[in-house]
Amino acid sequence: MVEALLFFAPASLIIIGALIVIFAKNPVHNAMGLVMTLVSLAIIYITLNATFVAMVQMLVYAGAVMTLFLFVIMMIGVDKKEQTTDSIKGQTFLVSGVFLILISLLAYVAISSDFKWDLWFPPVEFDAEGTPQLIAGALFTEWIFPFEIISLLLIVATAAAIALAYDTKKRNSNA
Amino acid sequence: MILRNEIVMLEVTTDWYLTLAAILFSIGFLGMMIRKNALIMFMCIELMLNAVNLTFISASKHFGQVDGQVFVFFVLVVAAAEVVVGLAIIVSIFRKQSSASVDVLNVSRG
Repeated sequence: MVEALLFFAPASLIIIGALIVIFAKNPVHNAMGLVMTLVSLAIIYITLNATFVAMVQMLVYAGAVMTLFLFVIMMIGVDKKEQTTDSIKGQTFLVSGVFLILISLLAYVAISSDFKWDLWFPPVEFDAEGTPQLIAGALFTEWIFPFEIISLLLIVATAAAIALAYDTKKRNSNA
Repeated sequence: MILRNEIVMLEVTTDWYLTLAAILFSIGFLGMMIRKNALIMFMCIELMLNAVNLTFISASKHFGQVDGQVFVFFVLVVAAAEVVVGLAIIVSIFRKQSSASVDVLNVSRG
């Protein structure tokens, strides 16, 4: 019972937050909806024994990435009206149709008894928590090469962001 | 009495997590298609990435292997890098066009 509550409470918050992200008009509200989704996802990760990932989710996503989003929203300004006309005719109608098909397919898969993940692949009894120790054990032995590439990617991304956001004309005229 | 037993028996299986992830992904897809503001489209990409992360974590729990969680770590780092570069591009476009709408972008020349 508690297990079900720990699933359904964050799950409903996730879906409400996601709907706020796509339907709110004010960009700050969208960002706050995204924060709600990300924090609720972290709760779900904890119930799935992924403690380290939940922690990183809070720090990196709900902390750093959202701060970056809010900074850019403040730079760009929130008072700009978003244009709502379709550039491709009937775009919104078409996409809503595709969305409805996706959702009804999902509902069928979730409700019908032919698609039971647990019957196809029986779950393993594994209660070990995804502690930093356990993750590091896998990360620094089996996954060491992807880890190095990821660190290279971060440096490249940082340099690229600085190069893109640097206003060359303004600096030259000031100097 | 039967109802009471059913409530007690309600067990959260991996299917529930996968369904939640699929719903989240569909919402992200819908937002990506109907919104015009580049910033909000970025947030929808984040929603879709998080849906995939949720499937990784639930599969990791299901099969009792830690590799799924390591992969989520990688996805997180790639998402952070993508957001950094994407937002820098949005800011530099905004300087030029003074709009963040994707419909006014018709040149890829800087």
